[in-house]
Amino acid sequence: MTDLASLRYTAEHEWIAVDGDVATIGITAYAAEKLGDVVFVELPTVGDAVEEGKVVGEIESTKSVGELFAPMNGTVTAVNDAVVSSPELVNSDPFGEGWMIKVAFTALPTTLDADEYDALVGE
Amino acid sequence: MPDQQQSHPQQSDARQPSALRLSPLHQVHVDAGASFTDFAGWQMPVRYSSDLAEHHAVRSSAALFDLSHMAEILVTGPGAAAALDYALAGKISAIGIGQAKYSLLLSPEGGIIDDLVVYRTHENRYGVVANASNRFEAAGALAARAADFDVTVFDESDGLALIAVQGPSSLAIMEKLGHLETVKPVRDLAYYWSTMGTYRGNEILVGRTGYTGEDGFELYIRAEFATELWRDLMAAGEEFGIVPAGLASRDTLRLEAGMPLYGHELGLDTFPSQAGLGRVVNLKKEGDFVGREAIEAGAPEDARKLVGLVSEGKRAGRAGYAVFSADDREVGVITSGALSPTLGYPIAMAYVDPAEIEAETPLFIDVRGTRVAASVTPLPFYKRPTQNESDPAKGTSK
Repeated sequence: MTDLASLRYTAEHEWIAVDGDVATIGITAYAAEKLGDVVFVELPTVGDAVEEGKVVGEIESTKSVGELFAPMNGTVTAVNDAVVSSPELVNSDPFGEGWMIKVAFTALPTTLDADEYDALVGE
Repeated sequence: MPDQQQSHPQQSDARQPSALRLSPLHQVHVDAGASFTDFAGWQMPVRYSSDLAEHHAVRSSAALFDLSHMAEILVTGPGAAAALDYALAGKISAIGIGQAKYSLLLSPEGGIIDDLVVYRTHENRYGVVANASNRFEAAGALAARAADFDVTVFDESDGLALIAVQGPSSLAIMEKLGHLETVKPVRDLAYYWSTMGTYRGNEILVGRTGYTGEDGFELYIRAEFATELWRDLMAAGEEFGIVPAGLASRDTLRLEAGMPLYGHELGLDTFPSQAGLGRVVNLKKEGDFVGREAIEAGAPEDARKLVGLVSEGKRAGRAGYAVFSADDREVGVITSGALSPTLGYPIAMAYVDPAEIEAETPLFIDVRGTRVAASVTPLPFYKRPTQNESDPAKGTSK
Protein backbone atom coordinates (compact mmCIF):
# COMPACT_ATOMS: atom_id res chain seq x y z
CA MET A 1 0.00 0.00 0.00
CA THR A 2 1.43 3.29 -1.08
CA ASP A 3 1.73 5.92 1.60
CA LEU A 4 -0.16 8.75 -0.07
CA ALA A 5 1.38 11.30 2.28
CA SER A 6 4.83 10.44 0.91
CA LEU A 7 3.87 11.38 -2.64
CA ARG A 8 4.05 14.71 -4.39
CA TYR A 9 1.16 15.88 -6.53
CA THR A 10 0.49 18.23 -9.43
CA ALA A 11 -2.48 20.38 -10.31
CA GLU A 12 -2.85 18.10 -13.37
CA HIS A 13 -3.90 15.31 -10.97
CA GLU A 14 -0.70 13.34 -11.24
CA TRP A 15 1.33 11.86 -8.41
CA ILE A 16 5.10 11.69 -8.23
CA ALA A 17 7.10 9.25 -6.10
CA VAL A 18 10.71 10.35 -5.88
CA ASP A 19 13.50 7.80 -5.40
CA GLY A 20 16.90 9.47 -5.73
CA ASP A 21 16.96 11.07 -9.16
CA VAL A 22 14.15 8.97 -10.61
CA ALA A 23 10.48 9.89 -10.33
CA THR A 24 7.65 7.40 -10.76
CA ILE A 25 4.57 9.12 -12.18
CA GLY A 26 0.91 8.14 -12.26
CA ILE A 27 -2.53 9.72 -12.07
CA THR A 28 -4.41 10.14 -8.82
CA ALA A 29 -7.42 8.15 -7.70
CA TYR A 30 -9.44 11.34 -8.04
CA ALA A 31 -8.45 11.63 -11.70
CA ALA A 32 -9.11 7.96 -12.37
CA GLU A 33 -12.51 8.19 -10.76
CA LYS A 34 -13.44 11.24 -12.81
CA LEU A 35 -12.40 9.54 -16.02
CA GLY A 36 -14.38 6.39 -15.35
CA ASP A 37 -13.26 3.01 -16.59
CA VAL A 38 -9.95 3.46 -18.41
CA VAL A 39 -9.84 1.45 -21.63
CA PHE A 40 -6.72 2.70 -23.40
CA VAL A 41 -3.35 4.00 -22.28
CA GLU A 42 -0.61 5.30 -24.54
CA LEU A 43 2.81 5.96 -23.04
CA PRO A 44 6.09 7.35 -24.36
CA THR A 45 9.12 5.18 -25.19
CA VAL A 46 12.04 4.49 -22.85
CA GLY A 47 14.79 6.94 -23.67
CA ASP A 48 12.44 9.74 -24.73
CA ALA A 49 13.36 13.17 -23.47
CA VAL A 50 10.38 14.82 -21.82
CA GLU A 51 9.71 18.44 -21.06
CA GLU A 52 7.83 19.83 -18.09
CA GLY A 53 4.19 20.51 -18.91
CA LYS A 54 4.24 18.71 -22.26
CA VAL A 55 1.88 15.87 -23.13
CA VAL A 56 3.64 12.50 -23.07
CA GLY A 57 0.73 10.10 -23.08
CA GLU A 58 -3.00 9.57 -23.29
CA ILE A 59 -5.45 7.94 -20.93
CA GLU A 60 -8.86 7.20 -22.42
CA SER A 61 -11.99 6.02 -20.70
CA THR A 62 -15.13 4.99 -22.52
CA LYS A 63 -16.28 8.59 -22.56
CA SER A 64 -13.30 10.85 -21.96
CA VAL A 65 -9.77 11.47 -23.06
CA GLY A 66 -7.17 12.48 -20.50
CA GLU A 67 -3.60 13.46 -21.17
CA LEU A 68 -0.50 12.48 -19.28
CA PHE A 69 1.78 15.45 -18.75
CA ALA A 70 5.46 15.30 -17.91
CA PRO A 71 5.72 17.00 -14.52
CA MET A 72 9.43 17.76 -15.01
CA ASN A 73 12.23 17.78 -17.56
CA GLY A 74 14.07 14.51 -17.87
CA THR A 75 14.45 11.19 -19.65
CA VAL A 76 12.02 8.27 -19.57
CA THR A 77 13.74 5.30 -17.93
CA ALA A 78 10.77 2.94 -17.73
CA VAL A 79 7.16 2.65 -18.84
CA ASN A 80 4.54 0.43 -17.28
CA ASP A 81 3.69 -2.12 -19.98
CA ALA A 82 1.18 -3.73 -17.63
CA VAL A 83 -1.00 -0.64 -17.62
CA VAL A 84 -0.94 -0.56 -21.44
CA SER A 85 -2.10 -4.16 -21.69
CA SER A 86 -4.47 -3.86 -18.71
CA PRO A 87 -5.73 -0.27 -18.58
CA GLU A 88 -8.14 -1.18 -15.78
CA LEU A 89 -5.16 -1.05 -13.41
CA VAL A 90 -5.51 2.74 -13.54
CA ASN A 91 -8.87 2.39 -11.80
CA SER A 92 -8.12 -0.55 -9.53
CA ASP A 93 -4.74 0.63 -8.22
CA PRO A 94 -3.90 4.15 -9.44
CA PHE A 95 -1.15 4.70 -6.86
CA GLY A 96 0.40 1.25 -7.27
CA GLU A 97 0.16 -1.10 -10.24
CA GLY A 98 -1.42 1.67 -12.27
CA TRP A 99 1.79 3.73 -12.41
CA MET A 100 2.64 5.17 -15.83
CA ILE A 101 6.27 6.12 -16.33
CA LYS A 102 9.61 6.64 -14.56
CA VAL A 103 11.62 9.74 -15.40
CA ALA A 104 15.28 10.47 -14.54
CA PHE A 105 15.50 14.15 -13.67
CA THR A 106 17.98 16.71 -12.47
CA ALA A 107 15.58 19.15 -10.83
CA LEU A 108 12.07 18.80 -9.43
CA PRO A 109 9.37 21.35 -10.17
CA THR A 110 7.23 22.90 -7.47
CA THR A 111 4.66 20.32 -6.42
CA LEU A 112 1.80 19.94 -3.96
CA ASP A 113 1.89 17.81 -0.85
CA ALA A 114 -0.96 15.47 0.01
CA ASP A 115 -2.82 18.06 2.09
CA GLU A 116 -2.51 20.69 -0.60
CA TYR A 117 -3.70 18.25 -3.24
CA ASP A 118 -6.66 17.17 -1.14
CA ALA A 119 -7.57 20.82 -0.74
CA LEU A 120 -7.34 21.28 -4.51
CA VAL A 121 -9.83 18.52 -5.22
CA GLY A 122 -12.03 19.46 -2.30
CA GLU A 123 -11.66 16.20 -0.42
CA MET B 1 -4.01 14.74 -16.47
CA PRO B 2 -6.96 14.92 -17.15
CA ASP B 3 -7.93 17.53 -19.61
CA GLN B 4 -11.35 16.14 -20.27
CA GLN B 5 -12.69 16.97 -23.65
CA GLN B 6 -16.26 15.85 -23.30
CA SER B 7 -19.11 16.87 -21.08
CA HIS B 8 -17.96 15.47 -17.82
CA PRO B 9 -17.92 16.07 -14.13
CA GLN B 10 -15.82 19.09 -13.41
CA GLN B 11 -14.62 20.10 -10.01
CA SER B 12 -16.97 23.05 -10.00
CA ASP B 13 -19.95 20.68 -9.81
CA ALA B 14 -19.27 19.92 -6.20
CA ARG B 15 -18.89 23.56 -5.34
CA GLN B 16 -22.27 24.65 -6.66
CA PRO B 17 -24.67 21.87 -5.82
CA SER B 18 -27.45 24.34 -5.17
CA ALA B 19 -27.43 25.36 -8.82
CA LEU B 20 -28.31 21.84 -9.89
CA ARG B 21 -31.61 20.07 -9.59
CA LEU B 22 -31.70 16.81 -7.70
CA SER B 23 -33.63 13.70 -8.62
CA PRO B 24 -36.25 12.44 -6.15
CA LEU B 25 -33.92 9.42 -5.94
CA HIS B 26 -30.86 11.48 -5.10
CA GLN B 27 -30.37 10.11 -1.60
CA VAL B 28 -30.67 6.55 -2.88
CA HIS B 29 -27.83 7.27 -5.29
CA VAL B 30 -25.67 8.90 -2.63
CA ASP B 31 -26.20 5.88 -0.39
CA ALA B 32 -25.23 3.60 -3.29
CA GLY B 33 -21.96 5.48 -3.72
CA ALA B 34 -22.77 7.06 -7.07
CA SER B 35 -20.55 9.58 -8.82
CA PHE B 36 -22.58 12.44 -10.18
CA THR B 37 -22.46 14.57 -13.27
CA ASP B 38 -24.11 17.80 -14.28
CA PHE B 39 -26.56 16.86 -17.00
CA ALA B 40 -28.98 19.42 -18.43
CA GLY B 41 -29.06 21.28 -15.13
CA TRP B 42 -29.53 18.15 -13.07
CA GLN B 43 -27.11 16.35 -10.84
CA MET B 44 -27.52 12.75 -11.98
CA PRO B 45 -25.53 9.56 -11.41
CA VAL B 46 -22.84 9.14 -14.05
CA ARG B 47 -21.76 5.76 -12.64
CA TYR B 48 -21.96 3.84 -9.39
CA SER B 49 -18.74 1.86 -9.55
CA SER B 50 -17.74 0.85 -13.06
CA ASP B 51 -19.43 2.18 -16.18
CA LEU B 52 -18.19 -0.85 -18.12
CA ALA B 53 -19.70 -3.26 -15.60
CA GLU B 54 -22.98 -1.32 -15.73
CA HIS B 55 -22.94 -1.49 -19.51
CA HIS B 56 -22.31 -5.24 -19.53
CA ALA B 57 -25.04 -5.78 -16.93
CA VAL B 58 -27.59 -4.31 -19.33
CA ARG B 59 -26.40 -6.53 -22.18
CA SER B 60 -26.28 -9.70 -20.08
CA SER B 61 -28.85 -9.31 -17.31
CA ALA B 62 -30.39 -6.05 -16.13
CA ALA B 63 -29.73 -2.62 -14.73
CA LEU B 64 -31.79 0.17 -13.25
CA PHE B 65 -31.55 3.75 -14.48
CA ASP B 66 -32.91 6.88 -12.85
CA LEU B 67 -34.16 9.08 -15.68
CA SER B 68 -36.17 11.47 -13.58
CA HIS B 69 -34.52 14.40 -15.33
CA MET B 70 -36.55 13.63 -18.46
CA ALA B 71 -39.48 15.95 -19.14
CA GLU B 72 -43.06 14.72 -19.22
CA ILE B 73 -45.70 16.90 -20.82
CA LEU B 74 -49.34 15.86 -20.68
CA VAL B 75 -51.65 16.68 -23.58
CA THR B 76 -55.28 16.00 -22.72
CA GLY B 77 -58.68 16.76 -24.14
CA PRO B 78 -60.91 15.95 -27.12
CA GLY B 79 -58.52 17.70 -29.49
CA ALA B 80 -55.36 16.03 -28.21
CA ALA B 81 -54.78 13.73 -31.18
CA ALA B 82 -55.37 16.50 -33.71
CA ALA B 83 -53.16 18.90 -31.78
CA LEU B 84 -50.30 16.39 -31.70
CA ASP B 85 -50.74 15.59 -35.40
CA TYR B 86 -50.21 19.30 -36.02
CA ALA B 87 -47.43 19.77 -33.47
CA LEU B 88 -45.32 16.69 -34.23
CA ALA B 89 -43.89 14.98 -37.30
CA GLY B 90 -45.71 11.67 -36.90
CA LYS B 91 -49.35 10.70 -37.20
CA ILE B 92 -50.08 10.52 -33.50
CA SER B 93 -53.82 10.07 -34.05
CA ALA B 94 -53.07 6.69 -35.62
CA ILE B 95 -51.64 5.07 -32.51
CA GLY B 96 -53.87 3.01 -30.28
CA ILE B 97 -54.51 3.39 -26.60
CA GLY B 98 -51.48 1.93 -24.85
CA GLN B 99 -49.21 2.42 -27.81
CA ALA B 100 -46.09 4.56 -27.80
CA LYS B 101 -44.44 6.30 -30.72
CA TYR B 102 -41.06 7.89 -31.31
CA SER B 103 -41.53 11.30 -32.88
CA LEU B 104 -39.96 14.65 -33.61
CA LEU B 105 -40.83 18.21 -32.75
CA LEU B 106 -39.84 20.12 -35.86
CA SER B 107 -39.17 23.79 -36.34
CA PRO B 108 -40.99 25.56 -39.19
CA GLU B 109 -37.66 25.34 -41.05
CA GLY B 110 -37.64 21.54 -40.75
CA GLY B 111 -34.98 21.37 -38.05
CA ILE B 112 -35.34 19.27 -34.92
CA ILE B 113 -36.36 21.08 -31.72
CA ASP B 114 -36.49 17.80 -29.85
CA ASP B 115 -36.95 14.10 -30.32
CA LEU B 116 -39.50 12.53 -28.03
CA VAL B 117 -41.68 9.57 -27.21
CA VAL B 118 -45.46 9.91 -27.13
CA TYR B 119 -47.47 7.48 -25.02
CA ARG B 120 -51.19 7.31 -25.67
CA THR B 121 -52.41 6.34 -22.22
CA HIS B 122 -56.14 6.99 -22.64
CA GLU B 123 -58.59 7.92 -25.39
CA ASN B 124 -57.84 11.62 -25.06
CA ARG B 125 -54.70 11.69 -22.99
CA TYR B 126 -51.13 11.56 -24.24
CA GLY B 127 -47.87 11.73 -22.33
CA VAL B 128 -45.04 13.34 -24.27
CA VAL B 129 -41.57 12.56 -22.97
CA ALA B 130 -38.94 15.11 -23.97
CA ASN B 131 -35.24 15.52 -23.29
CA ALA B 132 -34.37 17.32 -20.07
CA SER B 133 -32.24 19.81 -21.97
CA ASN B 134 -35.22 20.70 -24.18
CA ARG B 135 -37.92 20.69 -21.56
CA PHE B 136 -38.97 24.30 -21.89
CA GLU B 137 -38.56 24.41 -25.66
CA ALA B 138 -40.72 21.31 -26.02
CA ALA B 139 -43.38 22.32 -23.51
CA GLY B 140 -43.51 25.82 -24.95
CA ALA B 141 -43.82 24.66 -28.52
CA LEU B 142 -46.50 22.11 -27.66
CA ALA B 143 -48.52 24.71 -25.77
CA ALA B 144 -48.23 27.25 -28.58
CA ARG B 145 -49.10 24.73 -31.30
CA ALA B 146 -52.07 23.40 -29.31
CA ALA B 147 -53.55 26.83 -28.74
CA ASP B 148 -56.22 26.44 -31.44
CA PHE B 149 -57.25 22.95 -30.33
CA ASP B 150 -59.53 21.79 -27.54
CA VAL B 151 -56.72 20.55 -25.31
CA THR B 152 -54.81 21.25 -22.15
CA VAL B 153 -51.01 21.08 -22.18
CA PHE B 154 -49.45 20.55 -18.78
CA ASP B 155 -45.78 20.17 -17.95
CA GLU B 156 -45.81 17.42 -15.35
CA SER B 157 -42.02 17.00 -15.17
CA ASP B 158 -41.56 18.31 -11.64
CA GLY B 159 -43.95 15.80 -10.16
CA LEU B 160 -42.83 12.66 -11.95
CA ALA B 161 -40.00 10.21 -11.57
CA LEU B 162 -38.86 7.87 -14.34
CA ILE B 163 -37.10 4.59 -13.63
CA ALA B 164 -35.93 2.31 -16.44
CA VAL B 165 -35.30 -1.42 -16.05
CA GLN B 166 -33.21 -2.50 -19.01
CA GLY B 167 -31.70 -5.81 -20.03
CA PRO B 168 -32.73 -9.37 -20.95
CA SER B 169 -33.84 -10.11 -17.37
CA SER B 170 -36.17 -7.10 -17.28
CA LEU B 171 -39.37 -9.03 -17.83
CA ALA B 172 -38.55 -11.58 -15.13
CA ILE B 173 -37.80 -8.74 -12.72
CA MET B 174 -41.02 -6.91 -13.55
CA GLU B 175 -42.98 -10.10 -12.98
CA LYS B 176 -41.29 -10.64 -9.66
CA LEU B 177 -41.94 -7.08 -8.53
CA GLY B 178 -44.75 -7.13 -6.00
CA HIS B 179 -47.44 -4.55 -5.39
CA LEU B 180 -47.79 -3.95 -9.12
CA GLU B 181 -51.15 -4.28 -10.81
CA THR B 182 -51.45 -3.43 -14.46
CA VAL B 183 -54.39 -3.28 -16.85
CA LYS B 184 -52.45 -5.44 -19.27
CA PRO B 185 -49.94 -8.03 -18.03
CA VAL B 186 -46.44 -6.68 -18.58
CA ARG B 187 -45.41 -9.82 -20.47
CA ASP B 188 -48.11 -9.11 -23.06
CA LEU B 189 -46.69 -5.69 -23.84
CA ALA B 190 -45.02 -5.62 -27.23
CA TYR B 191 -42.10 -3.29 -27.83
CA TYR B 192 -43.35 0.29 -27.77
CA TRP B 193 -46.59 -0.55 -25.98
CA SER B 194 -47.53 0.47 -22.47
CA THR B 195 -50.11 -0.04 -19.79
CA MET B 196 -51.50 1.94 -16.92
CA GLY B 197 -51.54 0.36 -13.50
CA THR B 198 -50.99 0.84 -9.83
CA TYR B 199 -47.93 0.28 -7.72
CA ARG B 200 -48.71 0.10 -4.01
CA GLY B 201 -52.01 1.71 -4.93
CA ASN B 202 -50.45 4.67 -6.76
CA GLU B 203 -50.86 5.31 -10.47
CA ILE B 204 -48.03 4.06 -12.65
CA LEU B 205 -47.36 3.94 -16.38
CA VAL B 206 -45.31 0.97 -17.54
CA GLY B 207 -43.91 1.18 -21.05
CA ARG B 208 -41.92 -1.47 -22.87
CA THR B 209 -39.52 1.15 -24.09
CA GLY B 210 -35.93 2.13 -23.56
CA TYR B 211 -32.76 3.62 -24.91
CA THR B 212 -30.27 0.78 -24.61
CA GLY B 213 -31.00 -1.62 -27.46
CA GLU B 214 -32.17 -4.28 -25.02
CA ASP B 215 -35.55 -5.42 -23.84
CA GLY B 216 -36.76 -3.32 -20.97
CA PHE B 217 -39.39 -1.23 -19.30
CA GLU B 218 -39.76 2.40 -18.34
CA LEU B 219 -41.83 3.23 -15.28
CA TYR B 220 -43.40 6.62 -14.69
CA ILE B 221 -44.63 7.32 -11.19
CA ARG B 222 -45.15 10.30 -8.93
CA ALA B 223 -41.85 11.43 -7.43
CA GLU B 224 -42.80 10.70 -3.84
CA PHE B 225 -43.14 6.96 -4.58
CA ALA B 226 -39.93 6.64 -6.57
CA THR B 227 -37.62 5.59 -3.74
CA GLU B 228 -39.82 2.70 -2.69
CA LEU B 229 -40.21 1.53 -6.29
CA TRP B 230 -36.44 1.71 -6.86
CA ARG B 231 -35.74 -0.34 -3.75
CA ASP B 232 -38.39 -2.91 -4.64
CA LEU B 233 -36.95 -3.24 -8.14
CA MET B 234 -33.42 -3.70 -6.79
CA ALA B 235 -34.74 -6.39 -4.44
CA ALA B 236 -36.72 -8.12 -7.20
CA GLY B 237 -33.66 -8.03 -9.45
CA GLU B 238 -31.16 -9.23 -6.91
CA GLU B 239 -31.24 -12.85 -8.02
CA PHE B 240 -30.62 -11.71 -11.60
CA GLY B 241 -27.64 -9.59 -10.63
CA ILE B 242 -29.32 -6.25 -11.27
CA VAL B 243 -27.13 -3.19 -10.71
CA PRO B 244 -27.89 0.52 -10.70
CA ALA B 245 -26.44 2.16 -13.81
CA GLY B 246 -25.49 5.73 -14.58
CA LEU B 247 -25.54 8.03 -17.56
CA ALA B 248 -22.07 6.97 -18.76
CA SER B 249 -23.26 3.46 -19.55
CA ARG B 250 -26.55 4.77 -20.89
CA ASP B 251 -24.58 6.73 -23.47
CA THR B 252 -22.41 3.82 -24.63
CA LEU B 253 -25.47 1.55 -24.73
CA ARG B 254 -27.48 3.90 -26.91
CA LEU B 255 -24.47 4.51 -29.15
CA GLU B 256 -24.04 0.77 -29.78
CA ALA B 257 -27.74 0.60 -30.55
CA GLY B 258 -27.36 3.41 -33.09
CA MET B 259 -29.81 5.66 -31.29
CA PRO B 260 -29.37 9.40 -31.76
CA LEU B 261 -28.84 11.76 -28.85
CA TYR B 262 -30.14 15.29 -29.05
CA GLY B 263 -27.29 17.79 -29.14
CA HIS B 264 -25.02 15.21 -30.78
CA GLU B 265 -26.80 13.62 -33.73
CA LEU B 266 -29.87 15.87 -33.65
CA GLY B 267 -30.30 19.62 -33.53
CA LEU B 268 -32.10 22.61 -34.93
CA ASP B 269 -29.81 22.54 -37.95
CA THR B 270 -30.53 18.86 -38.67
CA PHE B 271 -33.17 17.69 -41.13
CA PRO B 272 -34.71 14.37 -40.05
CA SER B 273 -33.64 12.74 -43.32
CA GLN B 274 -30.01 13.59 -42.60
CA ALA B 275 -30.24 11.67 -39.33
CA GLY B 276 -31.90 8.68 -40.99
CA LEU B 277 -35.23 9.68 -39.45
CA GLY B 278 -37.07 10.48 -42.66
CA ARG B 279 -39.59 7.73 -41.94
CA VAL B 280 -40.49 9.42 -38.63
CA VAL B 281 -41.96 12.32 -40.60
CA ASN B 282 -45.36 11.38 -42.00
CA LEU B 283 -45.95 13.46 -45.12
CA LYS B 284 -49.04 11.40 -45.97
CA LYS B 285 -51.05 12.48 -42.95
CA GLU B 286 -53.89 14.87 -43.69
CA GLY B 287 -53.62 18.49 -42.68
CA ASP B 288 -50.73 20.75 -42.05
CA PHE B 289 -48.10 20.19 -39.41
CA VAL B 290 -45.27 22.37 -38.30
CA GLY B 291 -42.29 21.78 -40.55
CA ARG B 292 -44.22 20.13 -43.40
CA GLU B 293 -43.42 22.72 -46.03
CA ALA B 294 -39.71 22.67 -45.25
CA ILE B 295 -39.57 18.87 -45.19
CA GLU B 296 -41.43 18.66 -48.50
CA ALA B 297 -38.88 21.03 -50.00
CA GLY B 298 -36.26 18.64 -48.69
CA ALA B 299 -32.76 18.95 -47.35
CA PRO B 300 -30.13 20.37 -49.71
CA GLU B 301 -28.70 17.68 -52.00
CA ASP B 302 -25.24 18.07 -50.54
CA ALA B 303 -26.49 17.83 -46.93
CA ARG B 304 -24.37 15.47 -44.86
CA LYS B 305 -25.84 12.18 -43.71
CA LEU B 306 -25.45 10.30 -40.48
CA VAL B 307 -23.43 7.11 -40.77
CA GLY B 308 -21.82 4.58 -38.50
CA LEU B 309 -18.05 4.26 -38.48
CA VAL B 310 -16.02 1.37 -37.15
CA SER B 311 -12.28 1.32 -36.75
CA GLU B 312 -9.54 -0.96 -35.49
CA GLY B 313 -7.41 -0.64 -32.40
CA LYS B 314 -8.57 1.03 -29.24
CA ARG B 315 -8.56 4.74 -30.02
CA ALA B 316 -12.08 6.01 -30.54
CA GLY B 317 -13.09 9.05 -32.52
CA ARG B 318 -14.90 11.52 -30.29
CA ALA B 319 -17.55 14.17 -30.86
CA GLY B 320 -16.13 16.98 -32.94
CA TYR B 321 -13.28 15.04 -34.52
CA ALA B 322 -12.91 15.58 -38.27
CA VAL B 323 -13.42 12.79 -40.78
CA PHE B 324 -11.34 12.61 -43.97
CA SER B 325 -11.83 10.79 -47.26
CA ALA B 326 -9.33 8.32 -48.71
CA ASP B 327 -7.98 11.20 -50.85
CA ASP B 328 -7.57 13.37 -47.75
CA ARG B 329 -10.49 15.78 -48.09
CA GLU B 330 -12.35 16.73 -44.92
CA VAL B 331 -15.73 15.12 -45.52
CA GLY B 332 -17.39 14.93 -42.14
CA VAL B 333 -17.41 15.23 -38.40
CA ILE B 334 -18.03 12.77 -35.59
CA THR B 335 -21.03 13.36 -33.33
CA SER B 336 -20.54 10.51 -30.82
CA GLY B 337 -17.89 7.89 -30.40
CA ALA B 338 -16.47 5.39 -27.96
CA LEU B 339 -14.58 2.15 -27.69
CA SER B 340 -17.59 -0.16 -27.78
CA PRO B 341 -17.72 -2.14 -24.54
CA THR B 342 -19.73 -4.92 -26.16
CA LEU B 343 -17.92 -5.16 -29.49
CA GLY B 344 -14.40 -4.32 -28.32
CA TYR B 345 -13.57 -1.96 -31.18
CA PRO B 346 -14.13 1.77 -31.64
CA ILE B 347 -17.48 2.89 -33.00
CA ALA B 348 -18.73 6.33 -33.89
CA MET B 349 -21.58 8.15 -35.53
CA ALA B 350 -20.64 10.91 -37.93
CA TYR B 351 -22.18 13.29 -40.42
CA VAL B 352 -20.40 12.83 -43.76
CA ASP B 353 -20.81 14.10 -47.29
CA PRO B 354 -23.37 12.10 -49.30
CA ALA B 355 -20.66 10.75 -51.61
CA GLU B 356 -19.08 8.92 -48.66
CA ILE B 357 -22.05 7.15 -47.09
CA GLU B 358 -21.91 3.76 -48.84
CA ALA B 359 -21.17 0.84 -46.52
CA GLU B 360 -17.49 -0.04 -46.36
CA THR B 361 -16.37 3.34 -47.70
CA PRO B 362 -12.87 3.77 -46.27
CA LEU B 363 -12.51 6.98 -44.27
CA PHE B 364 -10.06 8.39 -41.77
CA ILE B 365 -10.71 9.91 -38.38
CA ASP B 366 -8.38 12.59 -37.12
CA VAL B 367 -7.80 11.36 -33.57
CA ARG B 368 -5.88 14.23 -32.01
CA GLY B 369 -3.47 14.52 -34.88
CA THR B 370 -3.28 10.85 -35.89
CA ARG B 371 -5.26 9.51 -38.86
CA VAL B 372 -7.10 6.39 -37.81
CA ALA B 373 -8.58 4.24 -40.60
CA ALA B 374 -12.33 3.72 -40.35
CA SER B 375 -15.05 2.15 -42.42
CA VAL B 376 -18.68 3.15 -42.98
CA THR B 377 -21.03 0.58 -41.50
CA PRO B 378 -24.84 0.32 -41.30
CA LEU B 379 -26.49 1.30 -38.02
CA PRO B 380 -27.06 -0.04 -35.45
CA PHE B 381 -23.66 -1.38 -34.44
CA TYR B 382 -25.28 -3.78 -32.03
CA LYS B 383 -28.59 -5.57 -32.27
CA ARG B 384 -29.86 -7.75 -29.49
CA PRO B 385 -30.03 -11.42 -30.48
CA THR B 386 -33.81 -11.79 -30.30
CA GLN B 387 -34.77 -8.43 -31.74
CA ASN B 388 -37.40 -8.69 -34.44
CA GLU B 389 -36.24 -7.53 -37.86
CA SER B 390 -39.58 -5.92 -38.53
CA ASP B 391 -39.56 -3.94 -35.32
CA PRO B 392 -41.11 -0.62 -36.30
CA ALA B 393 -39.00 1.41 -33.91
CA LYS B 394 -35.70 -0.38 -34.23
CA GLY B 395 -32.61 1.68 -34.06
CA THR B 396 -34.13 4.99 -33.26
CA SER B 397 -36.44 4.50 -30.34
CA LYS B 398 -35.55 6.04 -27.08
